[in-house]
Amino acid sequence: MKKDLRFYWTLFVSTFTLSAFTFGGGYVIVPLMRKKFVETLKWIDEEEMMDLISIAQSAPGPIAVNSSIIIGYRLAGIPGALVTTFGTVLPPMVILAVISQFYTAFRDNKIVSLVLKGMGIGVAAVIVDVVYTMAKGVVKSKNMLHIVVMILALIVALFTGINVAWVVLACGAIGAVNVILQDKKAKGGKSA
Amino acid sequence: MILLQLLWAFIQVGAFSFGGGYAALPLIEEQVVRANQWLTAQEFTDIITISQMTPGPIAINSASFVGIRMGGIAGTAVATFGCILPSLVIVLLLSYFFFKYRNLRMVQGVVKGLRPGVVALIAASGYGLMANALWGSKTSFRLDMVDWFAVGLFAVALFALRKWKPNPIYVMLACGVVGALFYGLV
Repeated sequence: MKKDLRFYWTLFVSTFTLSAFTFGGGYVIVPLMRKKFVETLKWIDEEEMMDLISIAQSAPGPIAVNSSIIIGYRLAGIPGALVTTFGTVLPPMVILAVISQFYTAFRDNKIVSLVLKGMGIGVAAVIVDVVYTMAKGVVKSKNMLHIVVMILALIVALFTGINVAWVVLACGAIGAVNVILQDKKAKGGKSA
Repeated sequence: MILLQLLWAFIQVGAFSFGGGYAALPLIEEQVVRANQWLTAQEFTDIITISQMTPGPIAINSASFVGIRMGGIAGTAVATFGCILPSLVIVLLLSYFFFKYRNLRMVQGVVKGLRPGVVALIAASGYGLMANALWGSKTSFRLDMVDWFAVGLFAVALFALRKWKPNPIYVMLACGVVGALFYGLV
């Protein structure tokens, strides 16, 4: 494919429309991106797409943004990454900026505030559902280290005022140390 | 000054929210509600609700919403930029090394370690939302504070989510309609 203006325009329009029509955020956008770049445009093959998505997930930040960055980079280096990122960020940025202008009137409306109150209950149910599924995954893995880390992190987050970023950092460090220990064990062979 | 504060707050959100989706919630809450007090707990819940009805990642949505309220158009731009800056730097570095070496064992190890921690953080954040919705306080609990209608609606919604796995947006919209009817009429 030629890296001309039309290529960048297609790249921008693709990420822009994907982002504009993916409601709710999170992982929803990943299968849509796969469909666009693997099946429709045929710019990336299936297997490489999976690799790209796993890397995108291993970095902090929104999955949609991370996936866009790595797909853009794969297709056209840093300029490509900037184009896809801009395309992905623009729709939510503009929409929320507009909503925030009407938010006060929106919220002060009696009916809207009642609906929002009801929806708050629904949001709580959705998050409890997500947490249940995720926690079940950790418990089912039967990895004691992970289960202990999960419980400790929950206690810290609920009962102390410690900034949650430290919890994330500590968990990442534990993961890294674990890899180092496993590698040592593997090197030590049967005696370990 | 507020622009710098916005930039720094959302750089932290972007840099530490591993795992996507709801993983960013506790970090946004920390920065926006607790550390800087740009939003009340109620407004924060409203943003989550609005985020579910609008496209885009919740971190970007909050950055844009908080940014424009605190610093106008420049605030939105700065907060959103802060939010994606860590992603840009880290994902580009990872991509560079991936295409060079295609071997990320250490990174995968770190990610595996992060997962249980991330689940716990989302759980803590979810507890806060649930407590607010069901008895109106995160820090105290008395039986007479409990909104029994909310408890019932919550249980039905959770049951529907587990049993039929519908698109969450429909569950939330349904709760909104039922809630409005009930609170409006009673």
